[in-house]
Amino acid sequence: MAGNLFQEIVFWLLAATTVGAALLVVHVQSLFRAALLLIVSFLGVAGIFAMVNAEFLAVAQVLIYVGGIAVLVIFAVMLTRDVDRGNLGTPVQPVALLLAVVLLGTLTYAVVQAEWRLLPDDLPGPLAAVFVDTPAQLGRLLVRDFVLAFEVAGALLFAAVIGALALVRER
Amino acid sequence: MLERLLVLSVVLFCIGLYGVLSRRHIIAVLMSIELMFNAVNVALVAFSRYVTPADLGAPGGLAENARYVLTGQGLAVFVIVAAAAEVALGLALVIALMRRTDTLDITAVNLMRR
Repeated sequence: MAGNLFQEIVFWLLAATTVGAALLVVHVQSLFRAALLLIVSFLGVAGIFAMVNAEFLAVAQVLIYVGGIAVLVIFAVMLTRDVDRGNLGTPVQPVALLLAVVLLGTLTYAVVQAEWRLLPDDLPGPLAAVFVDTPAQLGRLLVRDFVLAFEVAGALLFAAVIGALALVRER
Repeated sequence: MLERLLVLSVVLFCIGLYGVLSRRHIIAVLMSIELMFNAVNVALVAFSRYVTPADLGAPGGLAENARYVLTGQGLAVFVIVAAAAEVALGLALVIALMRRTDTLDITAVNLMRR
């Protein structure tokens, strides 16, 4: 039971960090601060991943989002002007707020109402074995069952890199 | 546990949506899109951990199909790949746009209207 309470505390801390940082990302005026807060939010999500048996994704989240995407965003912020007052609102801000709140209400209602086909609390042997060793099982899933999608993802990344280079090339 | 993870995901998604629609700077919009990608990943991982996939009933029995319980995590990997491709291209577009129009205010960008 003590372990359970500890888990609860960690979950709520991570959730509060993630949501708080995300709210600040869309609210602070300085784009640079927004980029740094985005990193905090990414790290919170990585912690959540680690809590629900997604160890590989937690590490990938830190490597790719924090190490790659956030650094790329910070580079782009550094290259632009008006960084300190760049995060102004658009004219449609009230409509956006209304839309976001309505969607929040609708989806929350749907999530709470739905009858999920949950896994049993004490997992049957084979399933428990999968969750003990998720990175290896996920690797098998990716290169056996999803191998076509895996290769297409590689082609997508390749095309994105070529496209990015072509876009920023000096003429 | 599933419900609270999904609600967390919904909250993150709506914050991202609000950011996309309400921010004026194009990089702020890109950051909000990243928040939405993250929200989707949280939901996928939560489904992967707590919901029974239909594939578990496939021929071969539970022992053969146990790995399909990680399908949600596999999909999350592809979402991360797509997000990486999106941000690389998006920031390249930002640089190209800055060279061409000298502004990153999305309300002032009207290249297609000229």
